[in-house]
Amino acid sequence: MLILSLFVCCHLATANTWHVGKGKGLRSVNAAILAAANGDTILVYAGTYYEKNIIVNKKLLLKGIGHPVLDGEKKYEVISVKANGSVIDGFTIVHSGVSSMEDMGGIKIYDSRDVVIQNNILEDTFFGIYVQYGKNCTVQNNQLVSYNPEEQQSGNGIHCWKSDSLRIIGNKITGHRDGIYFEFVTNSIIWLNTSFKNIRYGLHFMFSHNDAYIANHFRDNGAGVAVMFSHGVKMYSNVFEENWGDAAYGLLLKEISDSYIDGNTFIKNTSGIYMEGASRIHMQKNLFKNNGWGMKIQASCMDIEVTLNNFIGNTFDVSTNGSLVLNSFNRNYWDKYDGYDLNKDKIGDVPYRPVSMYSMIVEKNPPAMLLFRSFITSLLDKTEKVIPSLTPEALKDNSPLMKRLF
Amino acid sequence: MKKIIKYVMTDILRNRIVMIYTIFLLVTSFSVFSLEDNDSKGLLSLLNIILLIVPLVSIVFSTIYVYNSAEFIELLVSQPLKRKSIWLSLFAGLAGSLSIAFFVGVGIPILLYQANAIGGMMIGVGVLLSIIFVAIAMLAAVLTRDKAKGIGVAILLWLYFSILFDGLVLFLLFQFADYPLEKAMIGITAFNPIDLSRIMILLHMDVSAMMGYTGAIFKEFFGTAIGMVISFGVLLFWVLLPVWVATRKFNSKDL
Amino acid sequence: MIIASNVSKQFSRLKALDNVSVTCNKGECIALIGPNGSGKTTLIKSILGMVVPDSGFITFNGNNILHSWQYRNKIGYMPQIGRYPENMTIGDVLDMMMDIRGGENELDEDLIHSFGLDLLKRKRMRTLSGGTRQKVSASLAFLFDPEVLILDEPTAGLDPVASEILKEKIISEKEKGKLILITSHVLSELDDLVTQIIYMQDGKLLFHKSIEALRSDTGEEKLAKAIASVMINF
Repeated sequence: MLILSLFVCCHLATANTWHVGKGKGLRSVNAAILAAANGDTILVYAGTYYEKNIIVNKKLLLKGIGHPVLDGEKKYEVISVKANGSVIDGFTIVHSGVSSMEDMGGIKIYDSRDVVIQNNILEDTFFGIYVQYGKNCTVQNNQLVSYNPEEQQSGNGIHCWKSDSLRIIGNKITGHRDGIYFEFVTNSIIWLNTSFKNIRYGLHFMFSHNDAYIANHFRDNGAGVAVMFSHGVKMYSNVFEENWGDAAYGLLLKEISDSYIDGNTFIKNTSGIYMEGASRIHMQKNLFKNNGWGMKIQASCMDIEVTLNNFIGNTFDVSTNGSLVLNSFNRNYWDKYDGYDLNKDKIGDVPYRPVSMYSMIVEKNPPAMLLFRSFITSLLDKTEKVIPSLTPEALKDNSPLMKRLF
Repeated sequence: MKKIIKYVMTDILRNRIVMIYTIFLLVTSFSVFSLEDNDSKGLLSLLNIILLIVPLVSIVFSTIYVYNSAEFIELLVSQPLKRKSIWLSLFAGLAGSLSIAFFVGVGIPILLYQANAIGGMMIGVGVLLSIIFVAIAMLAAVLTRDKAKGIGVAILLWLYFSILFDGLVLFLLFQFADYPLEKAMIGITAFNPIDLSRIMILLHMDVSAMMGYTGAIFKEFFGTAIGMVISFGVLLFWVLLPVWVATRKFNSKDL
Repeated sequence: MIIASNVSKQFSRLKALDNVSVTCNKGECIALIGPNGSGKTTLIKSILGMVVPDSGFITFNGNNILHSWQYRNKIGYMPQIGRYPENMTIGDVLDMMMDIRGGENELDEDLIHSFGLDLLKRKRMRTLSGGTRQKVSASLAFLFDPEVLILDEPTAGLDPVASEILKEKIISEKEKGKLILITSHVLSELDDLVTQIIYMQDGKLLFHKSIEALRSDTGEEKLAKAIASVMINF
């Protein structure tokens, strides 16, 4: 133990600490980087720095004291990390350059591993934190705010591309195009982030396999969350709420397979979940509340298992566009269920059909939405309940629960 | 003319049916607002009541009232009064008292729970619907001499506006599914004041997002000030046209 | 005062008035009689403008009544059946009528008092008996002291006392030189009132004679018998 602590001590002794700030010897971060060696620490004190592009090409710990401001003057990428194991901690990064040719970030990691980006505030950046060919990097406790109202003028908050084993934890992202963007990212975790009021998606996820996202909060994003062309995705305990708009979804699933959706909450979305070409998905213990559509399952989906979920106060619980049903619903709670339970096993004795006649009509003929909330539609639904003819026969919950689950 | 309106209105407001109607509206409005966990949802549930109950009560009550007043109308006609002013007074009395009933029954709860633009619009639309169906009732009553037949016609008209018309729209939508009907549908809704009212209100609520592309097209029209003015104008037209035709008919009617 | 010239009216299949011409003058008290469906009420309604004739015209003081309404200021009308909005009180009905046409003429509240209606002013119309409603109708007809009184079956439904009061009133108004038109099918009632008789049947005016002429023609004192004998001659 003693030997170990001695070793650490000696190691620290060999590393230098550089101080940057007014009256601190060094006036610029770039000068400090130039002077520093691998493993050194650079402490940057409060103030505003116009450094153009800062390139971290050595393994450094860059630490802001009192959130110094690094200003990109709307022309430059503020920090480019190109060395393994670097740490960027505690900066305020503002006004990165906007370019349609290259994806300029507030902080961009190039082809590096074990980099940590933490406790930074990014304001008015094009892309916020950009990870390109990163491995085992951590992005945590950053706050990202962008103000650009135009989708084309705005980049993504945390943008990850062709990376592996990332940890995206506890960040707050708002006002970007997509809050968090994953493309070709594997074995990573997205945990405890809050992504709200982004122009397009709160989380945008493509060709990224075997990732997990857990306990994140996605609220009021232009189009909700999109998870596409991936397999082995685990979505646990996230909240999707108030993604309300013409083409907004709590969660959009497209070509997803072998995935798990457990314990999530979907509240006040136009559609809680929209699924297209999804297969072998297990959905358990989710809450669908006050959505326009709880779930839209297109006919191209198969082997979706929906068990033990709560459906409460949705205008339409489930809708589908085909008559062939290869998905199963079991032991869910539906607040619209009006069956009975004679043997008192807490499971309704007659099956529940979550697809209403009118939702089928609308799927076939969208302009029929014109009759939304008219008397005739409730009349049709009531008739259909008595004599089902149009709704798919097999789409039913054979053992609907009498009481809500949680 | 003002004098007759005053007496007709006090007569109707003391009517037991109108009192029950007012209390019914009051009780449902308050229970809807206190049962729903959020008030805008309450407003949505209330919309269904407004679109169904208000036209029904307005049209049936007014028709019966006009028939029951046949002798009274004769007496008035034998007085030095213009027929036009008798008829219009009767209309104003009916429309006024049923509007008051609606305002007390639904308007006050809305003002208490949802005193905003959409709540105000709902009150406005409800009052207009009351008046429209009084106008239609009076037309039905002046055109049919027989009381039973007249009430039958009134109920049929209500059925037509609240269900059959929508069935027809649905049928059209499926018959012409291959054509872009969205814009034409804006015009078609003008032919049914209930549909027009429903769409006007829905498009100003959150749920409009559920109406998809059709909703977007409609919003382009109803969302603008001009669109609103036009649609309120159409509702007003639905008052004026039946009243005008009915007054003309009454002017030359043998009593 | 009132002249009808060649008035005809057709109700779908029924010919209610068939080329009827009649002249009524001040100071006359005319009984309009005939069986049910003979066109009496239609004639009255035509005079009041409730029914518009298909052909012919009616003048009041020399003016065609078509499309005019002011002349009704000079008419008091008592309908056969008086029904009023259920929830109005007697007071409301009287007030409303005074609102409508009060002001110009002196109010004649004799009947209201003698029928005792001023004690019932707070009663709702729906709670009243048929007889009381008739009393209201009669009071309204006389209330504005009009030059012409048109009474449709005035004594039907009235109790004998009220009936007598009404007759007295009619006589006193006649003596003031007013024109009074009464329809009735109970002939005996009219004996001591009328000066002229108009007899109608199937929409046609069969005769219009003064009571003296009728009596001398038939040699009968009693009105009913006089008419019966005329009928036999037809």
